[in-house]
This record gives sequence, structure tokens and C-alpha cells, in this order.
Amino acid sequence: MTGWGSLARDSGFTIGVAVTSTATVWGLPGQVAAAELYAVGAPLLAIALASSMANLRFFPMSLSLLPLFRGDPASWRWRYVFVAMMSVNTWAVTLRNGPSLPIDQRGPYFTGLSVTCIAAGVIGTAAGYHLAGELPFFVTVSLIFLNPIYFVFLFAGVRARNGVLALIIGTVLGPITHWLSPEWGLPFCGIIAGTAAFYLDRGLRGADA
Amino acid sequence: MPEPHELALWGLLAMVSLATYVWRATGVVIAARIKPDGRLSQWFTCVAYGMLAGLISRIMLMPVGILAHTPLVDRLVALGCGFALFVLCRRAMIPGVVGAVGIFMVLAALRGYGIL
Repeated sequence: MTGWGSLARDSGFTIGVAVTSTATVWGLPGQVAAAELYAVGAPLLAIALASSMANLRFFPMSLSLLPLFRGDPASWRWRYVFVAMMSVNTWAVTLRNGPSLPIDQRGPYFTGLSVTCIAAGVIGTAAGYHLAGELPFFVTVSLIFLNPIYFVFLFAGVRARNGVLALIIGTVLGPITHWLSPEWGLPFCGIIAGTAAFYLDRGLRGADA
Repeated sequence: MPEPHELALWGLLAMVSLATYVWRATGVVIAARIKPDGRLSQWFTCVAYGMLAGLISRIMLMPVGILAHTPLVDRLVALGCGFALFVLCRRAMIPGVVGAVGIFMVLAALRGYGIL
């Protein structure tokens, strides 16, 4: 989020808007799309649409996270708040560790994890905003590089076979579908890779049995 | 009293936040209507993984913004070194991340100072 703070400042965002967006949008690709389009003077509605598309991944993510909380009425009541706090990081970590926790502890676990991450994100944004232009290029660019690299190794720990297959197929397909259509490439990549992985896994399971 | 420019920014922020939350909330509405451990729910997890993998691989290979100013070979070499460390350290995440970003930072610094 430090890289985001610098970008937001360069795009003409005030510090209040930059920091608040980290907590309320809480989805970097959408924030970046909004800042870049705002900097070139795009119409507001176009900015909102583009950033919404960039954050489309939250739809399947929230769908696959919520079943973890389904059986606990105390957590289920907070479902609309939980999905607002969800990031790729807290989603992946909770999906991995949640199933082994007792059902009444999953909600508190997810909340603690998410609040910590949002707080760190907000602090990082403010730091990045103040440091913009003061750090040498190689430091700023490495902070930006940290983001995709972190996710690469987060997902390198995924064990479920259908998840691993979806990750491999998505990795190959992502750049191709993006090249074909920058706006619609990502949802298509997800649907094709996810469906292929789902059926491949079922087929292999049949072969295992 | 904030300037009009700043008011417009806050308005934009409200729209962008809402536009992202719509996806999260749609997920909730549908999650309440399908079987938690059913096939549909598993399929959506696969779609989410596929989408995220595609996004990350696109950022690594065809980045926009300041990452686009770094050579592809630097990003791939850093990723490769990180993976080597990851495997050597029995699939531990931290050595992989620190190794990859460390190598990348050294390469970017060497290029920045004209050594590479």
C-alpha cells in the first residue's frame, strides 16, 4: 500500500482521499485504475465503472469464503461486514486455516486478521504519500514489485488439487486473455481456468478411485 | 470549507467504494442461496483462483505503471531466485518473498546507477 500512497499523490489525490480509499475500496487494482483515469481527466462514471471491473474478483472470492461462516449464527450476522474487510491476503489465509478452526472461532479469526491488515494498509498508504518523490526509483519500484511477489508465494502454498490446477491454468491464460481484451480478459480467464480445473480435478478423482 | 476539487474527489471515492462493494455483496446474496460444500461453491473457488492467478501473471509479464519501466528479465530472474529459495527452505513463504524482492531491488539499483 506504500506504492499506492505514492501513486495517489502523483495522480492528484489528497491524503485524506488516498488513505480513506485504502479502507473503503480495499482493492488495489480498482484503486490504481481510479487514480490513473482521474489523472488523465476521465469522466467520473467511466472511472467508477473501470475500477469496479478491476475489482470483479471479489465476487467469486466472497462466494467461496462465506460458507466457512455459514454454520455459526453469530458470525453469519456479520457477513456483509466480513466481505467489506476481505482482501486477497485475508481471503487466501482464511480459506487455508479456517476449515481447521472450530466454527465459532472463524469469525473472530477473520476479523482480527482483516483489521490488522487494513490498519497496516492505511499506515502504509500515509507513509507512501509522504515519501512520494523522496525515495530513489529502485526502492519505490521494489515496493510495488513486493505486491505481486507476495501473492505468488501465498498461492504457492495452496494444496487442494483443483486450486493448484486453476492457478496453473490461470497463470498461462491471464496474459493471453488480457491481450485479447483488456476489459473482459480477467473474468474470462477466471471462468475458463476455474471450469477447466474443476472438471480436470473431478476427472482425476474418478481415475484415482 | 473544502474546495470544489476536493469535494469532487470525495464523491468519486464514494462511487468507487460502492462500485467495488457491489461485487462483494453480490457474492453474499448468492452464497446464502447455494449449498456450502456443494459443487457450485467449489467451482466458484476455482474461478477465484483462476482469476487471481491470471491477474498476477499479467502484472508480472505485462505490467502497467512504474513496474513497466523495469526489464522483463529482471522480474523473471528475481521470481526464479525466490522460487529456488522457497523450495530450498521447504516451501517457506518468507525466504521466497524476501529473496525475490531483494534480488529485484539489487538489479534495479545496479541499473539505476548505470552499472548493469
